[in-house]
This record gives sequence, C-alpha cells and structure tokens, in this order.
Amino acid sequence: MKKIHVSTTVNGENVEYLCDPRETVLDVLRDRLNLTGAKEGCGTGDCGACSVTVDDRLVCSCLMLGVEAEGKNIATVEGMATGEKLHPLQKKFIEYAALQCGICTPGILVAAKSLLEKNPDPTETEVRYWLAGNLCRCTGYDKIIRAVMDTAADMREAS
Amino acid sequence: MALDDRKTTDFKFVGTRPDRPDGLDKVTGRALFGADAYAPGMLHGAIVRSPHAHARIVRIDTSKAEALDGVKAVVTRADFAKGLSGEFSFVLENVMAGEKALYDGHAVAAIAASSALIARDAVKLVEVEYEILPHVTDVDAAMAQDAPVLNASYADASVPAGHHPNVVRYHDSGHGDVEAGFAEADLVIEDSFKTEATHQGYIEPHACLATLGADGKGELWCSTQGHWIAQKTCAALVGIETSQLRVTASEIGGGFGGKTTVFVEPVALALSRKANRPVKVVMNRSEVFRATGPTSSTSMDIRIGMKKDGTITAAEGIYRLQGGAFPGAPMEFSAMCGFAPYALENVRQVGYDVISNRPKQAAYRAPGAPMASFAVESVIDELCNKLGLDPIDTRLKNASREGTKASYGPRFARIGLVETLEAAKAHPHYSAPLEPGQGRGVSCGFWFNHGGETSVSMSLSEDGTCQLAVGTPDIGGSRASMALMAAEVLGIPYENIRVTIADTATLGYNDVSHGSRVTYASGLATIKAAQDAVAKLSKRAAAKWGIPEDAVYWEDGCAKPSGANAGNFDPLPLADITQNMGATGGPISGHFEATPEGAGVSFGTHIVDAEVDPETGKTAVVRYTVIQDAGKAIHPTYVEGQFQGGAAQGIGWALNEEYVYGEDGRLQNSIFLDYRVPVASDLPMIDTVIVEVPNPGHPYGVRGVGETGIVPPLAAIANAVSAAAGVRLRHLPMSPPRILAALKAKAHEG
Repeated sequence: MKKIHVSTTVNGENVEYLCDPRETVLDVLRDRLNLTGAKEGCGTGDCGACSVTVDDRLVCSCLMLGVEAEGKNIATVEGMATGEKLHPLQKKFIEYAALQCGICTPGILVAAKSLLEKNPDPTETEVRYWLAGNLCRCTGYDKIIRAVMDTAADMREAS
Repeated sequence: MALDDRKTTDFKFVGTRPDRPDGLDKVTGRALFGADAYAPGMLHGAIVRSPHAHARIVRIDTSKAEALDGVKAVVTRADFAKGLSGEFSFVLENVMAGEKALYDGHAVAAIAASSALIARDAVKLVEVEYEILPHVTDVDAAMAQDAPVLNASYADASVPAGHHPNVVRYHDSGHGDVEAGFAEADLVIEDSFKTEATHQGYIEPHACLATLGADGKGELWCSTQGHWIAQKTCAALVGIETSQLRVTASEIGGGFGGKTTVFVEPVALALSRKANRPVKVVMNRSEVFRATGPTSSTSMDIRIGMKKDGTITAAEGIYRLQGGAFPGAPMEFSAMCGFAPYALENVRQVGYDVISNRPKQAAYRAPGAPMASFAVESVIDELCNKLGLDPIDTRLKNASREGTKASYGPRFARIGLVETLEAAKAHPHYSAPLEPGQGRGVSCGFWFNHGGETSVSMSLSEDGTCQLAVGTPDIGGSRASMALMAAEVLGIPYENIRVTIADTATLGYNDVSHGSRVTYASGLATIKAAQDAVAKLSKRAAAKWGIPEDAVYWEDGCAKPSGANAGNFDPLPLADITQNMGATGGPISGHFEATPEGAGVSFGTHIVDAEVDPETGKTAVVRYTVIQDAGKAIHPTYVEGQFQGGAAQGIGWALNEEYVYGEDGRLQNSIFLDYRVPVASDLPMIDTVIVEVPNPGHPYGVRGVGETGIVPPLAAIANAVSAAAGVRLRHLPMSPPRILAALKAKAHEG
C-alpha cells in the first residue's frame, strides 16, 4: 500500500515519517522513530503497555493509526525525564520496587503521570481505577499504587 | 575465615533494600526487551497457524505467498531437523506441525518478508488443505474409551494396561495403609474438583531476532528464561552444533515458567537460514494464548479422613491433568505437593498425564501444585467446618516439621511451615471481624524449589570494582540480589558491582530461571565465585607481605594478617590489590560451576477475606495476607514483590481466568479483553510477612521464594468464597455464572 507522509511532534521534537495507512502509532514509534519504550503487549488496547499521550490525552498507541498523528503532540516514556533529572514518578518507582520485569512500566508511568496532571490528590480507589487499563502481571499492583500515591504526596508538598 | 561460609546473621549488605541496578533502564524505556532489537537488513517473520483443533495436513501450497513482492522465505516442517527423539521431537512437533495439526493455533508454516505487514499478508496466501479429525479438549473426555486418539505412540511404560492411549504417563506414590487409616477416622470426606487451564499471562509476547548462515553459525537474541536451553533446543531443531549458536537473553517481560521453552526462535532461525538475512519474529497476543503456555486443566478426587481432634488419619488424591497435545503435564508435582504440608502416616497419590487437542502446556509457577492444593485444602476446610475445628490449629496439629517423612518420600530437613502457621495465627488479619456477606479462608502451600546447573564468573577491575556475570535471566530483580551477595563477600559497596546476564558464549551452562532457583543457585554460585576471588586477593596480599597464604584473612573489603604471629601489617583494601594486579600475577577473577543440590523446600500460609454478591455471583477479595518462609530474604522488597505477584496470579486463577473452548475445539477468548487477568481495581493491597527459617543448603540460608506464593491462593480464596456464599465451590475459576449455579443448586436442595 502506498505510504503517506506525516508531520508530528514527539516529546517536543518535530518529526516526519512515511507510513503505511495500516501502521499504528505504536508501529511508527518503534519501527520508524526508534522509540521502543512503548511496548506491544496485546495490540487490542487491553494491556496499556503502549500508553502514550496525544495532545495530553492518554491513549493506547496500538489503537491509533500513524496517519492520525498528523499535527498532533505525542509524549512517550522517553520524554518523561528532563535531561538526567528523572520525573518524580520514575524515581519513586525505582525506590519502591514498583516493577519486577519492567515491561509494563513505561505504560504505567505515562498513565500515572497523566493521572497526576489531572488529579494531584487521588484516592487509592481513583489510582486503581485510572490504572485499570494497564496490566501488570508481576507485582499484584501493591507497590505500584503505593509509589503513585506517595509521588502525588511529594509533588503536592513541592508545589 | 577467608573461605568459610559466612554465618547467617550479622550481614552488612544482605537484607538491605537498595535500588535495583537496572532501575533507570526500566523506568526510562531504555531497557531492551525481546522485540526491541533491530538489525541491518532485518526481515519480519509471521506464522501460519491451524484453525482446526485436530486435522491431517494434506497439502501446503506456498506458491502464492512466495510470489508476493517482499516475501523472502517460506518454511514448513521440511526445513527443520529430522530424526529427533524425546523432548526435542515434541518441541519440534509443537513449533512446526508435521503430519497433523494438533490444536487450534498450531504452526504449520512461516514467512519472512521485508515488512511485518507483507509477512502478515503472505500468511493469508498460504493454502493449507486439511482433513479435519475428531478432537477432544477436556481431560475427562480425553481419557474416555471413545476419545479420539492424538498419537498412539506417546504413552510410556508407566501407564497401567487398559487406559486410553491419550493417557501417556502415570504416577503412584505414598506410604502406609490408607484404607486402615480411613477406618480410624471419625469423619471421611471424599470430593471431586476441577480447575480450568490458565495462561502465565506475561505482558511481553514471545519475540526474537535470529541470524543463521549456511555455514551453520548463528546468533539469537530472544526473550527467554533460559538461553542455554534455548541454544541447545534451537540448535537441535535446525540441525546445527550447539556451540555454533550464540544466544543472548534480552530483558524479559515476564515468564512465570512460560518462557522456559522455545516457540518462535527455531522458526526465525530456519527462516534466516533460508533468506540469508536476519529475521525477527514477534508473536501477537492471540498467538501467545493459542500456541504457548497454558497450564494443565485438571480433574481431581480427594479423600481425607480426620479424627474429632483434627488428626488426619489418611489421605488419598487422584490428579488427572491434560497437558495439551504432548506428554509433560506436571501431574507428578500435583501428586507430590498436595499433601506435602502434612505429616501423614497413611497417604497415597495417583497422577495421570493426559494429552488433548490443546497447546502444549508449559510450566507456570510451581507447576501442578496450586491445583492440587486447591482440592486438598478445600477438603481440609470442609472437615474443619464439619468437626468445628479452627483451620489454623488443625493445620498446625498435622503440620510437616523437620524429620517428617514427606508425602512424596524423603524426610524434611529444617522447614518453616509451623512458623508460617504460627505467624498467621498471630496476625491481626486472622482475628479481625468480618463484615456480613464476607468469608475468610486459609490455606497452606508447598513447593520443592530447585538447584540446577549453574555457572558464575566475576572479574575485578583495577579501580577496585567488580563485574559479575551470571547466566540466569533477571526476571524480577535478581541482579540486585546477586550484587548484594557479592558485596557481602567482597566487602565493597553494592554500587561498585555491575551484574550482567552473560550470553551463552561467555559463561558455562546455566539451567533456566525457574524452580525458584535463581537467588538460591546463582546466589550460591555468586558467593562461591566471590570467595574464589577473595582467595586470590588474599594470596596477593600474602605475597606482598611475605607471609604464608593461610596467615591472611579477608574482612570488610580488606586483606588482614590473621594475628600477631602473622606480622604487623595495615589492612590492604581490595582496590590496593587490584590497582597493580597486572604486575603481581595478572587479572583477578572468581569462578564457580556446580549443580547445587541443597535448595530448601518452601512453605507458605495465606489468609483471605472475600465477599460474594448473591444477586450477580460477583466476588471481591477484600483483604489478603501472604506469610511465607524465605529462608533468608536477600532483598526483602523483592521478596515481598514475589509474594504479592504470586497471590495476584492466584486470585486471577481462582476467580476469573480460564481457557474457553468451543464445540469446534477453538479457543474462544484469545485476547486480554476476554481472558481477563486481575487489574489494579480488582485487588486490595496484599500484606506480606517474611518468615526466615534458614535453609541449611545455602551459605546465607536462602530458600527460593518465586513459586510457593501461587500455591495457597486458589484454596484460600475458594475457602473464603465458599464461606461467604454458604456453598462449597469445587470448580475454578469461581466466575459469577459458576457461583450463581452453585447458589441455585443449594437453594434447590433446600
């Protein structure tokens, strides 16, 4: 199928690519832009490992076509840290051992960051429901929920 | 005490909770998993799969696929090795069907093309003519005399005469006289149970990148729990020498036993050889469900006799496990683990390994044990209910202890079951009041743990730091525990140790990261390798001081003279020795290779509170506590993580997860939407208590902790849900329809 030219912004950088109309944003990020932080766990929008934000909205990048990214602003896990300074969530996830294998971690971090931007003081239930679209098979979520709650508390205190 | 094993207390590093060495990589997206590798000239592979549960492959026509622009190679069974036997022949038959497709999703051909989209298009152009055969997917149906025969040659000599050829292995063990024991009982309960197949559900699908030339030399990057077994198996399946294939383990996105074998790896190698290009193959989720992993489904009969005081007089279990289309269902582990928590004078257990038209089962965290414990611990719960006994006191009364003759034969060395039960009894959870509509369940669980072939190598750098090479893929933070144990021996900071998972070319053979063996066996080997390096460091110090080697000991990262007679020298730090090691005898390294046999068995006790909505049958786990013997927790945070993860997977198995097959033998729920694993909003926090009863077989007392945590949940939750619902649930998962059916049946009984 003939490829289509797309101009978009990824982690603040202007990028252009050619993609088959059937390719997803996840395919484009990984196979064309060398951003392999977002993972394909299911390809059906059920696991959240491919979570990114598009114009600040949390989406599964496996459910959006590459051609639909024209003119959008995409943020991935690779853009979370500022230089060598980690985002507070990234620091807290390491500190709390909120990951075991780490395959779901990029998606969960992107989703959790999106939550805290909307709701800086979530309850445990709110965190659990917000992250219900991100499967983790290793941790039982306990340490993930604690890490997000505690990051939120730290960020509230810092602001 | 330079070379002596350390005592199991007074640690400086072991038992602390530092950040994991790979933490930054994992939170920034930098860590490279199976699908994250790319190579110049790389092709993408895709696999043609059978849509039928059981069918003879009459003809495969690949000409249209080969004609598609961008297709570079097509392989079928003809492109793999011939004349294999034993497990290799089963694995080959599983990764690429020969004469018959044996389950829905069975691979029959594969394509390599210049893009993943072209490869996918080409899959649709492969024409396979099938002669559809009768199929069977249920374990009891597969054992029935009129069941279709999958393969008449698979049954081994262990199977008694008179069984259907689908019964391929048989196990029978125990001791005492069970009938005499039942005669002594005040109450005997006999009941039947079923569990459905579940999948390990690792979030990372199987993925690999393979290069194989006509010269028989290859490179393989793959997501695996064991790259040496992958090396050995792949080499055999594509017909090359083992040593000519170098395998590198990627970061692994979960395995839980499901990545202890190969699926796409030999296929990618065969495609690469044919196309003369690197080939990447990544499964989609549906392929993962249809063609990899699942556990056995089971059908079990349990009979237990008990006196009024709670003493178990006899126990008998029959465990039937279907393991998909090939031998290997872990029925002997079911049989051996079910009664292992209890000191029994009269016990008998029988296991049947049954083949059916489902994917080849793979190990899943304590394979075979959770189902057996579900059945056994449900009957014990029922006995306690009927006799008015406390479930923990009753388990304590019968608990296996040091010296107990285990239900599976040997006598236990030092074990920690009693300690977990006592901790459970003392835990505030056990005495907390329940809300109306809630029930509480308790269960014990057992797993053997494993040693296995292990090689570790470490080298010291001039600046006094250490590079540690281990061969067990890090599946849950093991690089942190290895670095802690190395730091403990060397006496240098944890941060100064860089741990790498070495490839197959740079280290001796290592068994798979399974059997809860990594912290035990690679940990033991790390300690021994570090002690080997310390001996060499001490020797250099002795030479420098001009004193005998045995007059030097190692403490806090320094060589020291062992006493006044040895001479008066200042402690010599490790970095001072390594600084000029080139001039004092050359590089200093430490090595260890062995098959350690002292993996200590592990027990756990779980407490669960659950509630049931009688209108909808929906359940909720409202409180959960895991208590387990870790021997010695090297990094307690990651030990807690193993406990919590095992409990969460157990909750899924008990309440939601299930392979659903249609009448046509096809899997009906091969995506995460329909095969629902627990999500964050399904679960409560999971409390943990780490009990430490040191394992005498490890220098620091470590017992593996990875698997035991999934053994008690099925029964503990079933006991809690049964208490809440007021009716015994005997079929997992306890999904809403099954609970409603049980409530309805009970109402009908009046």
